[in-house]
Amino acid sequence: MMKSKEGAVVLEQQTGMGLRRVSFDQIKCKVRQYFKQLMPYGMVLPAMAILGLFVLYPIFYMIYLSFFKWNLIGSKAFVGLHNFIRLFSDKAFWEVLGNSFQYMFFTVFFAIVLAIILAVYLKRETKANKLLQSILFTPHIVSLISITFVWMWLMDSNYGFLNYLLSILGLPAMGWLTDSNTALYSLILISVWKSIGYNTLILISAMQAVPKYLYEAASLDNATKWTSFFKITLPMISPTLFFLTLMNMIAAFKVFEPVKIMTQGGPMNATNTLVYDIYQYGFTFYKIGYASALGVVLMIIIGICTILYFAGLSHRVHYR
Amino acid sequence: MAKKTLKKIMKLVVNTLIAAIFIMPFYWMFLTSLKTLVEAIKVPPNFWVTVPQWINYATAFKAIPFLSMLKNSIIVATGIMICQFITVIPAAYAFARFQFKGKHLIFGIMLATMMIPPQLIFLPVFLMFSKWGLINSYASLILPFASSAFGIFMLRQTFMQVPEELLEAARLDHASEFKILWRIMLPIARPTVVTLVLFSFITAWNDYFWPFVLTTNNDVRTLPVGIASLFNSSSGVNYQIVMAGNVMLVAPVLIAFFFAQKQIIKGFTYMGEK
Repeated sequence: MMKSKEGAVVLEQQTGMGLRRVSFDQIKCKVRQYFKQLMPYGMVLPAMAILGLFVLYPIFYMIYLSFFKWNLIGSKAFVGLHNFIRLFSDKAFWEVLGNSFQYMFFTVFFAIVLAIILAVYLKRETKANKLLQSILFTPHIVSLISITFVWMWLMDSNYGFLNYLLSILGLPAMGWLTDSNTALYSLILISVWKSIGYNTLILISAMQAVPKYLYEAASLDNATKWTSFFKITLPMISPTLFFLTLMNMIAAFKVFEPVKIMTQGGPMNATNTLVYDIYQYGFTFYKIGYASALGVVLMIIIGICTILYFAGLSHRVHYR
Repeated sequence: MAKKTLKKIMKLVVNTLIAAIFIMPFYWMFLTSLKTLVEAIKVPPNFWVTVPQWINYATAFKAIPFLSMLKNSIIVATGIMICQFITVIPAAYAFARFQFKGKHLIFGIMLATMMIPPQLIFLPVFLMFSKWGLINSYASLILPFASSAFGIFMLRQTFMQVPEELLEAARLDHASEFKILWRIMLPIARPTVVTLVLFSFITAWNDYFWPFVLTTNNDVRTLPVGIASLFNSSSGVNYQIVMAGNVMLVAPVLIAFFFAQKQIIKGFTYMGEK
């Protein structure tokens, strides 16, 4: 009896202990599983919180503000599409938009065409070419503010180095930044100078990735250098060209420093571009709603570039 | 033979011309910074200086709160770097090595943020910080850049290349994910991390736009904003002083570029080469 009783007790305890242990293990296991499932979210959370709060949310906030009239001091007044209506009926806005597109078009065109030429010229891996590539790239990593100041000095209409060069060549001095006919083109020149090295390096690596046998086959067919460039190189690097064009376009639309420092949008509004206009309406005139509406226009332009970029990306790069 | 020599000479001429176009502005910046005002505005200009005016640097140094702005620059750039370390590394690891619901959507949203430049959203972000009473704070210059979609993307690519067997072996040894990340993934990804650190530091050091629009006084303004104010502070423009300031801003980057050319170029061209 005792034995069996004892035995029963022991058994009960054992099963009881056993049961408890099993269920505890189960819980632990479940918790661990949950934790494992949640862990990746926890790992991306800090990054996504920052990007969400400081990049995505401001976009929506800007769209929201574009429907209001607000001068920072009083309260916001809902005005519907009034800001946009005023925007589109304002001649100055179309001028700014025209300047932005002109600046974008010429910058992108020259920065890419010249980069193609330079890339062809420098693509062979020699020591001299490597050195030149680095030199070409230097403006890209230097502060835009310093580049702005040095070019402003070079373009000074009285004492500038560029006018001195013109005088050596027997040409009349130019009012690079002070003449409303040339100011925008002067800014374009600086932008091309700054971005050409970047474009060249990207294009060189694209050209180096073109399979050699294509050129060998072409030379067997007695193709000239020109034909092999237009029939092989250009088509093969066209995806890179496409991306480069879009990146350069976005970069051109966000120009601010040279405009702010060199011309303040002048002379006669000739260099006023979107970002500078947003800055002026927001920070000088305190017309937050109107500035936000301008921001929405810029957003749509950049958005179109982005959509094209990703449409191209999904065709080209295959993620694992 | 003669044709070959001619071609060589032609190439040398063209090379020199290209180099000159890209070096000359920097040389002119440096040269002007060592001239007196009279020499600086002399026409025709001299291409060298006989007595270098190092005093221009002292003048530039004194014209703005140079040391406090330098301190701000270092605090902001370092702060951004540390924050990016904390946010970018785990996110890149998760995107590279874990399967979870909504991963592709989250990754897509993250990539999209890469295309939104600060120049588009500075106004709403300024209003946010001013609502929080954080204008003229380090937070307003650091937090918006505390993560980097580009960094996550680049590091993710590196993490994906680490062979799975290595991780399996570590997991069999009951290593925690943190240990795996810290002991296995990061050492392998070290070149990428170095590239990213250089990229984010140089970008922060160079930036004028953000500290300019997000501040209203000199409290947290960084060096580029100070250098730009050299232009206004003096009555009449003293280009030799402005250039001296700019040399001080550019020199550290050029020195870094000289020593770490490969990593810096890789960092700045990565997206284009993908």
